[in-house]
Amino acid sequence: MSEFAIEFENVTKKFGDNVLFEDFNLQIRQNEVVSIIGSSGSGKSTLLRILMTLENIDGGKVLVNGEPLWHRLHNGIWLPADERHLHRMRGQLGMVFQHFNLFPHMTVLRNITEAPIYVLGQSRESARAQAHDLLRMVGLEDKAEAYPAELSGGQKQRVGIARALAMKPSILLLDEITSALDPELVDEVLEVIRKLAAEDAFTMILVTHEMYFAREISDRVCFFDAGKVVEEGPPERIFNQPEHERTRAFLSSFLKAPSSNT
Amino acid sequence: MIEFNWDWAFAWEVLPLLLDACLVTLQATLFGSILAVVTGLILALLRRSQSKAVAYSAYWWMEFIRSTPLLVQIYFLYYVAPEWGLNMSPMVTGVIALGLHYGAYLSEVFRSGIDGVGKGQWEASIALNLSPYRTYRDVILPQALRSMIPASGNYIIAMFKETPQLSAITLLEMLQLAKIMGSENFRYLEPFTLVGLIYLALSLVASTAVRQAERRFPKEGFTLS
Repeated sequence: MSEFAIEFENVTKKFGDNVLFEDFNLQIRQNEVVSIIGSSGSGKSTLLRILMTLENIDGGKVLVNGEPLWHRLHNGIWLPADERHLHRMRGQLGMVFQHFNLFPHMTVLRNITEAPIYVLGQSRESARAQAHDLLRMVGLEDKAEAYPAELSGGQKQRVGIARALAMKPSILLLDEITSALDPELVDEVLEVIRKLAAEDAFTMILVTHEMYFAREISDRVCFFDAGKVVEEGPPERIFNQPEHERTRAFLSSFLKAPSSNT
Repeated sequence: MIEFNWDWAFAWEVLPLLLDACLVTLQATLFGSILAVVTGLILALLRRSQSKAVAYSAYWWMEFIRSTPLLVQIYFLYYVAPEWGLNMSPMVTGVIALGLHYGAYLSEVFRSGIDGVGKGQWEASIALNLSPYRTYRDVILPQALRSMIPASGNYIIAMFKETPQLSAITLLEMLQLAKIMGSENFRYLEPFTLVGLIYLALSLVASTAVRQAERRFPKEGFTLS
């Protein structure tokens, strides 16, 4: 397996005439936990959406576990990826969304088992057993038969995590997963992510505004500004001795008084 | 002074015959709506195709069907199609004409129902790697169904009320029979009034049923199997 789980090579991404990424480069190692911070509109979420094949790229290459994501190699020629290639590549990735995007008409159990049964071809029994294990892991074993509308935001998001994990991705993309939550519900979701990060079995990319959490669990923090990685490094350094003025300005708006300790 | 000399004896005589003919009407409506739902769904999906050519063809087909009178389409299928070797009974012709005609209208209902399902549901389906078939069947359509029920129901009721047009190609449905009874007995009042009343009664029942279905339908949709 490739040393890197994810590589962006000279990627360009435009929205109409608006150039978001130009010659964008980023590499993420296997099982690395990377937090992406930065103000909104800086391209953090787009990065995840490109990886989840929700947004195409306009130039460059994206490699997932060493294989091109948006291209397929045919006799040494790079062709645009077709649906079959994307389908195969997606199996390595899982995503948790800011607004959960649970299926409202399905029970929690069905939300989690739908894709394992119909995409991975798991038997109903094994998919259900796995779903119950995952629900136990996220602390919702009693909610298997509930509908999303009956859950709190924090519970919904934990189901969202369980649903993504049920597909056994090697790379987990977390897109501002606590941004839509009431403050008192944030911790129960972060607790689950903390456990996952400690397992060291996934590559994780978090786009987040939870600076303390990013500092605590990340191997590396990337500060994004206007489609560029302005500064990156171990969390201690980024949070304690940011080199760039932009990073400092951004962090000071987030980590006011307590930022100088640790 | 207009006189209403309603003849109960004659009315009672024609009613059972009209009710028999009503079965033909209902049959045409039933099979016509099945065909309309199927073609409507296919057209709606084709219009969402990534191929511009396919999407536009579906669009123009829909526009063409909706912009030409049903009766012209019925005549075309019945009198012109046989010249190309397509010989169909009045019933089959009628079902196809009604199905294609109302399928074009239903496609628009289905399309807006599908569009009404949030973007996040599509994105979650992609992230979970669901096939397009699974995405539509398990995620999108169950949620779109509720908003489709009232308009689809109304179109199917409208189709039911258009079935008399099939009398133009000699289908012996209610109106055709009433006309024959009337001309044979020189009395049109009872047969035509009864036809109107039967349509009225069935339409009212059907629209109540549509409202009930809408009310009973779970707000979020439901899962098949």
